[in-house]
Amino acid sequence: MATIDSVTTSTDAHADDSHGHDHDHPSWLAHHFDTPEQQFDSGKLGIWLFLVTEILFFSGMFCAYAIFRMLRPEVFEGCSQFLNTKLGAINTGVLLFSSLTMAWAVRCSQTEEHKKLVALIATTLSCAMVFLGVKSIEYSHKWGMGLLPPGSYFYSAANEHPTAQQLVEIHGFSESMAYFLTNSLYFICAPFALVAVAVLVWLIVAKVSGNAFQYACAKPLLVVALSFFGGVGLGMILESGGEHHEGEHVAAAGDHSDAEHGEHSGDDHGDSGHSHSIASDHSEASADEDGATMVESPLGDDYAAVKLLAENETNTGLKDLVAAERTQQSIATGKVLTDPAASDVGISTVESEVNTPRQAGVFFGIYYCMTGVHAIHILAGIGVLVWLLIRAVRQDFNRQYFGPVDYVGLYWHLVDLIWIYLFPLLYLIR
Amino acid sequence: MSNATLPAGARDPGYPTERENYLTNSSGILSWMFTLDHKRIGLMYLIGVMSAFAVGGLLALAIRLHLLDPNGWMFSGAEANNIYNQVFTLHGAIMVFLFIIPSIPAALGNFLVPVMLGAKDVGFPRLNLSSFYLWVFGALFFVTALFSSGLDTGWTFYTPYSTTTDTSVILATLGAFILGFSSIFTGLNFIVTINTMRPPGMTWFKMPLFLWATYATSIIQVLATPVLGITLLLLIAERTMHIGIFDPEFNGDPVTYQHFFWFYSHPAVYIMILPAFGIISELISVHSHKHIFGYRFIAYSSIAIALLGFLVWGHHMFTAGMSSLTTIVFSALTFTVSVPSAIKVFNWLATMYKGSISLTTPMCYAISFIFLFTIGGLTGLFLGTLATDLHLHDTYFVVAHFHYVMVGGTLIAFLGGVFHWWPKMVGKLYNETHGRIAALLVFLGFNGTFLPQFVLGSRGMPRRYATYDPEFAFLHQLSTFGALLLGVGLLYAFVVLMVSLVKGRRAPANPWGGVTLEWQCTSPPPYYNFERPPVVGDPYDFHNLEWDAENERYVTTEPERKLVPESTPEEVPVHAGGQK
Repeated sequence: MATIDSVTTSTDAHADDSHGHDHDHPSWLAHHFDTPEQQFDSGKLGIWLFLVTEILFFSGMFCAYAIFRMLRPEVFEGCSQFLNTKLGAINTGVLLFSSLTMAWAVRCSQTEEHKKLVALIATTLSCAMVFLGVKSIEYSHKWGMGLLPPGSYFYSAANEHPTAQQLVEIHGFSESMAYFLTNSLYFICAPFALVAVAVLVWLIVAKVSGNAFQYACAKPLLVVALSFFGGVGLGMILESGGEHHEGEHVAAAGDHSDAEHGEHSGDDHGDSGHSHSIASDHSEASADEDGATMVESPLGDDYAAVKLLAENETNTGLKDLVAAERTQQSIATGKVLTDPAASDVGISTVESEVNTPRQAGVFFGIYYCMTGVHAIHILAGIGVLVWLLIRAVRQDFNRQYFGPVDYVGLYWHLVDLIWIYLFPLLYLIR
Repeated sequence: MSNATLPAGARDPGYPTERENYLTNSSGILSWMFTLDHKRIGLMYLIGVMSAFAVGGLLALAIRLHLLDPNGWMFSGAEANNIYNQVFTLHGAIMVFLFIIPSIPAALGNFLVPVMLGAKDVGFPRLNLSSFYLWVFGALFFVTALFSSGLDTGWTFYTPYSTTTDTSVILATLGAFILGFSSIFTGLNFIVTINTMRPPGMTWFKMPLFLWATYATSIIQVLATPVLGITLLLLIAERTMHIGIFDPEFNGDPVTYQHFFWFYSHPAVYIMILPAFGIISELISVHSHKHIFGYRFIAYSSIAIALLGFLVWGHHMFTAGMSSLTTIVFSALTFTVSVPSAIKVFNWLATMYKGSISLTTPMCYAISFIFLFTIGGLTGLFLGTLATDLHLHDTYFVVAHFHYVMVGGTLIAFLGGVFHWWPKMVGKLYNETHGRIAALLVFLGFNGTFLPQFVLGSRGMPRRYATYDPEFAFLHQLSTFGALLLGVGLLYAFVVLMVSLVKGRRAPANPWGGVTLEWQCTSPPPYYNFERPPVVGDPYDFHNLEWDAENERYVTTEPERKLVPESTPEEVPVHAGGQK
């Protein structure tokens, strides 16, 4: 009795309604704990400590980011232009929403609203899947273009989407690797498709065999598995929109790339955007400016409209703006892709070796490490959330025992929070 | 019974029944493999780290035997130097990652922390078991690395060599990565256990000092190890994908690797030494039968070391090309760590002063610890000083300093701890005489091995060389013979322990006269440790202990309590109406 009192008073005063159950040792109370509060507090402290280790785990990469941004700001500025801000923003929104549903799920577990809890966990899971779907579009798109870590970087503005054959002949990749790089989206989607099919089979089997519990588990999980492809579709639509301004440099690089462009199979969803931009911009872009024009304008999507307006002779203000834009862009981005001698971004001298595309891959090395480890954390989160979902269907949680939902929630918020840092650092800061 | 000589209120928990004894309450290999009992996990860890130590120790002997001759004695042929490189690398990696880091916290700590807290188990028993299996997997990776193409980078995996060598760096770093998680989970578990599961009455400053040390260690494990994890992960990525962070060929920066690595690995040496401090604090006090001197100072200095340990990693890199300002700052910070360490040593000496010292086997180890750790700590000052470090960097002086702290410190304390808690863990007493002889052999062998290395280093013998100038031959040979003696001593100690399992007398609950809670349960403890939370007092107050000569054990006595004195006092104070 003394133990119970001291624990209750010293650590946790709010859960006094559970005091009466102390001696029952309910099934969810582990044998080595005296009280539910002690168990909850231990778990809570444990998960916070775990989150501390997670932050420190990421801190190494944030450090590397800071160091290399300081050492090679021009590489970071130039390369971050390749990231699609729209996709990043969508993913940020999706994760923020999933944090909301997760926090709500914690509340529901406390109030014993079991059905709502299942629905909210399933929503959180679906958001995680959408995130991964969008991410897989981003990844596969970059892999096809050769925006890779320095060891395998092969991006060239002249030929943005090399075919598998070209990869083997020019860049020395093995046949299978080249095939993978040009069709990476299928490879990423394959395991998710398998999972979706497996869940579907499970659902049917559970329905046929009349196992209500398994059916109740499989139903939300099928939605979850399918939402990955929702994410892929969303990513495809946005990426093709996002390619609008990237299309400019495809055009600038010359019509010869256009022919090859149609061939690549992995992500040719952007073709309509290309043809449009070719028509509108080709005349203005000169061949040696291709590196500069590929950069996204600070004016963002309005830029196309501004340019359209600037075509009118009387609109001198906008004409000047567009001209200034171009000059600024050619200066700001020259480090990566244009002649370094002509560029000046406030750093007095730049060694020319830095500007080989291979070295520019340092940015992508860090990009893939940070987002990749983050994606692994999303996957781990999906794993524990599925476990939670099944337990929630089983109605394991009650007002005295909702610890696991709470802990997973905290973990999920951290994963979200890390993305909130990654998004501006990688996509927005230019 | 013999309790006639004892006061009436003598308490002793007696002996556990077969069913209660944690070793025998369930049987079969599965009952061990899937056990959640922290004591069994601790014992499995003990077996594990001891096997790792045996492998690492044999590799160390191979190193020393090779250095018997200036041109190399042990390995011959064209590959001799490569083999030597692999042997010293594996010696370092196995000893650091598989032995020293988990030795005291995971093996002894797992056994002791809940018992010292009077708790039934650690906070997360399943996490505890998984951390043991992570250790096993990590060890398997190391073994695989050993049998595939070896590893010759040194245990530090410095780039750019580690990104270019064709030995199995990836296997070994994956192993270290997994071991890191094992270490994190152990630390996390202990922090939670100590925070939330202390018994009623045990405030922070009534905790045994071993728990303070474990707590400080756990803080470092939780805060530093993830950084090692990501560093090794980036190293693997660098090797496989050339991400260009560490590899200069791809515009990476090798010094960044060193910073990342030492940000973990310097605090890691405190992971290795802090629990040793905790053991020594227990041993010195119990075997001197005297209250620990400066309890709060020892407790705070553990935390101080844990925190200061995070600020000094740069002293491993004085010659790596940091700016002179950085080196000066790191050098100055390095000296701050020596303050709490010195506080501990002085407090231990003050505890022994006027104590009633029993020169038992654990105490022999504790006294050697103080002697050896002091030498190790003081020679560290020469390495922390910029000017002398430029001369001594990467010489045998560093090797000797490190081994004086890690072997003379941690290993000796680990042995002391094992001998101290052996009766509690297995319920058998070992032969004291042989135990002491083993301790003496270890002490002599150790000094024979590493004292000459200080001289070697200051004369300019670089570390990690397979061959050397003939002028160093005498000291190297001295060192090799010392190592052989050390090996014999350790083997002897092992045999003493093993023999005790077969022939040892049954251990009483309290053979040494300790007052911390683990001595209040039977030897070995029952699987539930304590039926009800035990009464907590001052962990170093030895007044209520009495030696029971008949049964050769200590028993807890209660001072006889009387409501009214039986005899009338001879003098009555004046204010009570008395007259002289």
